[in-house]
Amino acid sequence: MTALLSARDVTLAFGSKVIQRNLSFDVRRGSIFAVMGGSGCGKSTVLKALVGLLRPTKGTTLVESEDYWAATEARRTAIGRRFGVLFQSGALWSALTVGENVALPLRMFTRLNDAAIRRLVRLKLGLVGMENAVDQLPSELSGGMRKRAGLARALALDPDVLFLDEPSAGLDPITSSRLDDLILNLRDGLGATIVMVSHELPSLFAIADDGVFLDAETKTAIAHGSPSDLRDRGEDPRVTAFMRRERPAPLIAPLAPGKQTTP
Amino acid sequence: MKPPTRTETAPAWHLDGDALVLRGDWLAQEGSTPPFPSDALAGTGRSLSLDMAGVGRWDTGLIEFLWDVKQTARTASIVFETDGLPESARKLLGLLPDRVTEPKPIARRGFRPLTWLGGQVLGVLMETGILSSLLAATTSGGVRAVAGRARMRGIDLLANVRDAGPAALVIVSVVNFLLGAILAFVGAVQLRKFAADIYVANLVAVAMVREMAAVMTAIVMAGRTGGAYAARIATMQGNEEIDALKVIGIPVADYILLPAILSLVFTMPFLCLYGCLVGMLGGFVVSIAMLSVTGPGYLNQTLAAVALDQFVFGFVKSVAFAILIGVTSCRIGLKAGRSSADVGVAATTAVVTGIVGVIAVDSIFAVLAQAIGL
Repeated sequence: MTALLSARDVTLAFGSKVIQRNLSFDVRRGSIFAVMGGSGCGKSTVLKALVGLLRPTKGTTLVESEDYWAATEARRTAIGRRFGVLFQSGALWSALTVGENVALPLRMFTRLNDAAIRRLVRLKLGLVGMENAVDQLPSELSGGMRKRAGLARALALDPDVLFLDEPSAGLDPITSSRLDDLILNLRDGLGATIVMVSHELPSLFAIADDGVFLDAETKTAIAHGSPSDLRDRGEDPRVTAFMRRERPAPLIAPLAPGKQTTP
Repeated sequence: MKPPTRTETAPAWHLDGDALVLRGDWLAQEGSTPPFPSDALAGTGRSLSLDMAGVGRWDTGLIEFLWDVKQTARTASIVFETDGLPESARKLLGLLPDRVTEPKPIARRGFRPLTWLGGQVLGVLMETGILSSLLAATTSGGVRAVAGRARMRGIDLLANVRDAGPAALVIVSVVNFLLGAILAFVGAVQLRKFAADIYVANLVAVAMVREMAAVMTAIVMAGRTGGAYAARIATMQGNEEIDALKVIGIPVADYILLPAILSLVFTMPFLCLYGCLVGMLGGFVVSIAMLSVTGPGYLNQTLAAVALDQFVFGFVKSVAFAILIGVTSCRIGLKAGRSSADVGVAATTAVVTGIVGVIAVDSIFAVLAQAIGL
């Protein structure tokens, strides 16, 4: 099976500050690919490069074997239209109602009439369980609702690739597992490929079937594979410790001098 | 996701006894998904099955249609059998509720003049109260700042002073120079008829010192600094930064309002004074170029024209304008909503309120000056 999306030797940096270097991985069509790693290791930055918001300082990303960053601006926009992105805190347009947020991409990029758009908006919001919030403003929503509304907006154009930045962070366990189900169903139902950034172990184990593990210290990928494989058969102690929620004693110095709870 | 069949057939459906038969391609973005009438299931029995044999490609367009069917079936208490549906579509359909409660329409009340008037009056009284208490809090903060006990950072004050002072010099110069020149032009045309050319100096000097420099500088600052304050505070409001200050116990009046208002109060009188001089320079240049007036003669006439109390009058006004602009723009920022559009509205409101307020206050000063014979 060909890779839908690939990173080829990607190095990301802000000025002279390197975030991640020499990343290479393939996202298979129809898979749920997780970008894992501890806080501050640059997961969201990698996602930014994949969706086309941040140009890698070295290397490139491929979309269906086409060099994304070597393409023209117009071509990049065309490729980007097949992407749906859920940002970390929803990133809803605050001046528009939830319904208008979902409707805007449809209005801009399709020739559907108002009635058809209204029905689709209701459907997308219904899929995330928010059909009653059509006329609400983002500022009136809770964090979890904003995230679900953001997902509905990401789904507006039936994307081939859905990028999710921390989809379940800050959600209660029930909403979070409902969201996991939703993501699985969307993948199965719509055939979308999903790239998600997450450090929420339960949802990683529940849905991701492939992934890459980034390390903040060495600033590169230290493991490839599905989360459960990394947990059960991982070779790097840093990765298995993360996946098993243990503290890797020899690698991280104790936070404060004094009694240590782990021997 | 999309098989390579290029021939698309429009989606269609019909009822065959207790079976719902679907044909064609059900693609949402084609916009051809038919609606499912709410009375379509009137003639069917207790259950409704689904025949998907004729369906080609499908995506959420199909789900959209089946959701309508599902809701209609639920209302008519008919069991909707989805066995014929592919597993993935059944999962998506399962996510959708089978009964949607329409959100309550927002009740629109008719226009009631008395209610409206009452609301407006209460609003004005409320705003006056809030503005007064903000002003009081800022004043007490200012007093404490003199004693060195205010919760204000000196560095904020310095940054604000730089923004409101030196950074505004260019625009204040340009506006006042041109204003002085315009006054001289207008005066020259009239006064030359009476061979009273030299009185152009009086006209420009008195107008600049008493009115124009203070008002024009205030208008420039209302647009430049007042708008910026309102936008900055409104953005902080949207990011919950104001809430964070409140929780930690840092008074908003001390931390944000005080440096903003103080910096305007410090800089505006000097900008105004500077504006007077530049305005007179503008008048001087025009007079020398157009009229039979000598340089020393113009300067002499100017010095004789403006008494010190005229300067004081302009000076006092500019302090009043500074307080007005500072307090109103901060207040407008504080009461802004939390969306991006609200930030724009706050900035606009602050500029408009600032300009109208400056002119209104100036007219009050004119009446007062008349009363005390200044």
